[in-house]
Amino acid sequence: MKDRYLWIQVLLLTLGVGLASCGQQDKDRAQGVDIIRIGSVAPVTGSQAHLGKDNENGARLAIEEANAQAPAIAGKKVRFELLSEDDQADPKTATIVAQKLIDHQVKGVIGHLNSGTSIPASKIYFDAGTPQISPSATAIAYTAQKFNTAFRVMTNDKQQGAVLGEFAVKKMGAAKIAIIDDRTAYGQGLADEVERAAKAAGGQVVAREYTTDKSTDFMAILTSIKAKKPDLLFFGGMDPQAAPMVKQMKSVGLKAKFLGGDGAKAEEFIRLAGADAEGVTASLPGLPLEKMPGGKVFQEKFNAKYGKVQVYAPYAYDAVSVMIAAMKQAGSAEPDKYLPVLAKIQHAGVTGPIQFDEKGDVKGGAITLYQVKNGQWVVLEIVSSGTAAKAPAGKK
Amino acid sequence: MDIFLQQLINGLVLGSIYALVALGYTMVYGILELINFAHGEITMIGALVCVAVIGALSASGAGMPVALILALGLMSAIVVCMVLGFTIERIAYRPLRRAPRLAALITAIGVSIVLQNVAMLIWGKQYISFPLLLPVTRYDIGGATLTSLQITIVLLSCVLMAGLLLLVQKTKFGRAMRATAQSPEIAGLMGINTNHVISLTFILGAALAAVAGVMVSAYYGLAHYYMGFLLGLKAFTAAVLGGIGNIAGAMLGGLLLGLIESIGAGYMGSLTGGFLGSHYQDVLAFFVLIVVLTLRPSGLLGERVVERS
Amino acid sequence: MSSFYSRWQILRRDRRAAWIAFVLLAVLLAVLPFLVGAGLGRTWVRILDFTLLYIVLALGLNIVVGYAGLLDLGYVAFYAVGAYLYALLASPHFGVHLPFWVLLPAGALLAGLFGILLGAPTLRLRGDYLAIVTLGFGEIIRIFLNNLNAPVNITNGPQGVNLIDPIALGEFSLSRTHQVFGISFPAVYNYYYLFLALVLLVIFISLRLQDSRIGRAWVAIREDEVAAAAMGINTRNIKLLAFAVGASFGGLSGGLFAGFQGFVSPESFNLMESVMILCMIVLGGMGNIPGVILGAALLTMLPEALRYTGPLQDYVFGRVLVDPADLRMLVFGLALIVIMIFRPAGLLPSVRRRREFGADSSVLAQEQSSLYDTQR
Repeated sequence: MKDRYLWIQVLLLTLGVGLASCGQQDKDRAQGVDIIRIGSVAPVTGSQAHLGKDNENGARLAIEEANAQAPAIAGKKVRFELLSEDDQADPKTATIVAQKLIDHQVKGVIGHLNSGTSIPASKIYFDAGTPQISPSATAIAYTAQKFNTAFRVMTNDKQQGAVLGEFAVKKMGAAKIAIIDDRTAYGQGLADEVERAAKAAGGQVVAREYTTDKSTDFMAILTSIKAKKPDLLFFGGMDPQAAPMVKQMKSVGLKAKFLGGDGAKAEEFIRLAGADAEGVTASLPGLPLEKMPGGKVFQEKFNAKYGKVQVYAPYAYDAVSVMIAAMKQAGSAEPDKYLPVLAKIQHAGVTGPIQFDEKGDVKGGAITLYQVKNGQWVVLEIVSSGTAAKAPAGKK
Repeated sequence: MDIFLQQLINGLVLGSIYALVALGYTMVYGILELINFAHGEITMIGALVCVAVIGALSASGAGMPVALILALGLMSAIVVCMVLGFTIERIAYRPLRRAPRLAALITAIGVSIVLQNVAMLIWGKQYISFPLLLPVTRYDIGGATLTSLQITIVLLSCVLMAGLLLLVQKTKFGRAMRATAQSPEIAGLMGINTNHVISLTFILGAALAAVAGVMVSAYYGLAHYYMGFLLGLKAFTAAVLGGIGNIAGAMLGGLLLGLIESIGAGYMGSLTGGFLGSHYQDVLAFFVLIVVLTLRPSGLLGERVVERS
Repeated sequence: MSSFYSRWQILRRDRRAAWIAFVLLAVLLAVLPFLVGAGLGRTWVRILDFTLLYIVLALGLNIVVGYAGLLDLGYVAFYAVGAYLYALLASPHFGVHLPFWVLLPAGALLAGLFGILLGAPTLRLRGDYLAIVTLGFGEIIRIFLNNLNAPVNITNGPQGVNLIDPIALGEFSLSRTHQVFGISFPAVYNYYYLFLALVLLVIFISLRLQDSRIGRAWVAIREDEVAAAAMGINTRNIKLLAFAVGASFGGLSGGLFAGFQGFVSPESFNLMESVMILCMIVLGGMGNIPGVILGAALLTMLPEALRYTGPLQDYVFGRVLVDPADLRMLVFGLALIVIMIFRPAGLLPSVRRRREFGADSSVLAQEQSSLYDTQR
């Protein structure tokens, strides 16, 4: 008696699953309005959740505004929908969610946040022909793969490192520089560029040390760096490490200026480092929010809905708006139609004029240097990176 | 020379912290022959509780004296961890007393995971800063810097370790602990309530872990739900290095490991011509573990043990 | 449930029924990707592929832990070795592009060698110490993989190796969609069939080993090493063999993983992975092949299924109370504790294990007393 029920249950279950999946595909045409899905991927859980959510909200804001204008592509009414996924800053998860988005037939993807996840996912998007615009990935490798679907609206680490290295030697007057990186794709890439630029500017790199992105104890390496008597210490890594590092510098008696990349330039850094954060300099690609062409307006709108801007929200916003603009210009939301348009488009974004070069990096763009004064990040200087790609200040 | 001195100081402080945590591992192992993987997480919970209490008290604006706030924070951490240690032993380990070793080990891993995730759910995934309420004075000794915090840590560890040694060697309860560690059955026959002894051992170990946790978060200024894992692993290495089951061994092992790590991390780069560097610091700890276990499995202060199958 | 069991007994006795069941199973396995793809979407076929990879891993660890009783907490190191060998020799990294039928066996072989290397110092160690040492080894390998990009760039460090060649035979690449008799076979389906074939191979090897002299020697040293040595078993060689065979399965799975994913980085090979694989076999039933497969399948698929609780919570509560990703590890840890307390032999234990872990076991008492005798 019992196993007869068992087989029936199994049968029903399979049927149910089958039916449920059938229902999914046909939601594209509801009430005669085409629904265009755009994917957004960022680590919305984990230690970078505050940044991931920031990206997602920036994208969401752009989508909502676009929808509020009753958009139409090639005369047909459309509605944009954001499909947000979490990649937990893990490369393997990134490939899984990338596949998931492709399965859901998204027409474009905004993401990912980290270079370490954007790079593996970019292969999947390239294979599927889906354009991908990253608001924050900065590793050079991302656009070096010759995928015509990979773009970014953020300066890459080559620019940022170059500016930082030169700034350290010329403006901060450091003749002897020590460099620490956290051995991640981002930290190491940035540190390498800084080293190159510092040497080119005439500085001397007296120490190169390494740590991991999970350590909190830097006493040993800071002590051995102290022996080399540097004027400046550059750290390629994120704020959870930069903060204790700055504190331990004081404990060990290392009297040097501290310079960080965009990973350190976060509100969290000041909170964690407390008084020891005073005087620390860090860079952020792009312009400060207030100086961006659309910055003030964006800030008001964003604050009203989502609170304080963390870092990359305006870039996510611009990524969405440039994608939608390309779709409108091409008269189609199909990737193969609007991709060539996207590659050539000139779009006025919140963060500045957006135009991509042949690799997918954004052209023009500046890098801003900040310093902590009285417990706040204050703009120190804005440096134009000139030439080709804009400074994509992305993470990792 | 001043750099070497600095590395020595760093190593001593780090070693004291490892020693405190290692004590908990070694006590539990001595009695139950169980590697309590969850011990590192207890340290973490102690740190987080202390930070939470201190944060709440100083933010409440009640104007309490700083020393009182710190003391309350420490006390609450100790109390919470003691309760936690007792609970874990009762719920997760006691039912498996008669089970094969593997089952208890796996349960310990499970407890460790649960504790980590509960802490993550309660306190979030962000790093939490330890509010530095007392000013830290820096002393210059022969070119190296020594802070009052470092001195406090080392002194506190020494006091606690001495106290524990006294307890184990000179008190009746200590005798009971040693008897149970040697043979629970005979100890039971001698009138010792082994269940009580085991529970109290866990509680004691947890209390020490709490203090260690508070010290770690005060030293680095940070507390985080994941901080217990690597710390626990290294502390276990220290315990093994000194001879597991041996309290003096745990202390020695802890200090030695701290020194090895500090000096190793500082000089590895120059010693290997740039091939290895400070980022191999963790490898050093594991390497030490493997060498010790291969060449002298009983550890530095442990007795020679018959070949185990 | 008992009727299920009695049906199983029937299958074991009645050959015709067994054949029919076998054919049904074969057909089901053959069309499974299509069923899953149509029903749940291509993402789930990808998850299915990963499940098969983990089954190979779990079966490999099963040999070390389940058969030979050697608690290995650093198993993921062998996975990493196989994956990195494939990645380094089939990608633009060194510019070398060896075919998969060279690299997969090479990966298995290299991993086997590493298994012997890692096993050699641990031969004298007992359970807990062995666990910690193997854990240490696993971490050492991961740290080396993460840092060996200076001064000589071997592994490309934390950035990992990208653009790995997919598994291909000349022009026929598994990562392309192919049309056969009008049916479309996308990449994930192709890999499914390859992985399935290898899983079947690994199961076959495990089964044969289980019933061989070597397998019985493993059981002997697991139960009582002293007695086994007394019976003339060369415990050193047998243990090393267990490590080597187990590791080679890991290496094979690693190579497949690299070719499938196209990207490897040290982050994928951390301690948690080792613990996961161990838990797969513990939960499923150590030493028992169906149990191990069940454990691997459950632990790979359930976390993915748990992701759906996010939108479910959204639907029921209006917002997400607990992130499904957070929930996953918590549930996992709790499951470990509960299973160990109530059903330590696993969900589908082998007969021997069930007796061993049973409440009335005299085996247990023997183990306990023998420990105290050889101590101090």
